[in-house]
Amino acid sequence: MERIPILRMGQFLIVSIQVDMHDRLALTLQSDLATRISETGARGVLLDISSLEIVDSFIGRMISNIAGTSRVLDAETVVVGIQPAVAITLVELGLSLPGVRTALNVEKGMAMLRHATGFDGHDAAPGSTPLSESSDDSAAV
Amino acid sequence: MTVLRCEIVPVRSQQDVVAVRQSVRSLAVAQGLSLVDQTKVVTAASELARNTLDHGGGGTARLEAVIDNGRTGLRLTFEDRGPGIKDVDLALTDGFTTGNGLGLGLGGAKRLSNEFDLWSRAGEGTRVTITRWR
Repeated sequence: MERIPILRMGQFLIVSIQVDMHDRLALTLQSDLATRISETGARGVLLDISSLEIVDSFIGRMISNIAGTSRVLDAETVVVGIQPAVAITLVELGLSLPGVRTALNVEKGMAMLRHATGFDGHDAAPGSTPLSESSDDSAAV
Repeated sequence: MTVLRCEIVPVRSQQDVVAVRQSVRSLAVAQGLSLVDQTKVVTAASELARNTLDHGGGGTARLEAVIDNGRTGLRLTFEDRGPGIKDVDLALTDGFTTGNGLGLGLGGAKRLSNEFDLWSRAGEGTRVTITRWR
């Protein structure tokens, strides 16, 4: 069965959507991610959609659902790489992805996740490495 | 309005919806639409193709490259012989859904298009035509 790969990096899960998804594939990703968060205890999800040429209401709903489900499972989600034309279209469509954190690129998204969770992304013991020095640029995006 | 090119594609599966998006993209590029306008018309096509599949039980998409008084554009017609839409005004209202979506499909597709025409009759089917000019 066709699947979108979910990579683990320390406390975080990373997903990069590189295909034009049909609806079932989007639903599969949603449930796969929930399962992986639960199995790994991941604290953050980075969702890279820079290769997506459109986000329609179905994919928009998938993104909102992923963010919502992750939150319930105690993980933060950051969506990165939304193309400008996609952003313009999304808003005109009526979708502004409320409650979904976004960052311009993977680097800023990772910084945001580290800041939001207090983890540095590596296999640190829970509770360690709080980013008290995180007054850098990207945390405020 | 003159039709320069016409392509009729089936909308019978989720893969067909993806194929419609790709065909509309190529047509939009060929017609010289800007990237933002390409994105808008492909997104509108995706919403309408999904409606044809999910609510109409499948149908066809007619994708046309058109020219009118020197303006070039795309005209897309989605047609099914499904149950039809009982209340067209209600169906166009944001947030109204009979399925499990966000209820943005039809209204969103209208906002993303320059021209929008909806015909539907209970028990006969639905036909939605949108036009996006360059």
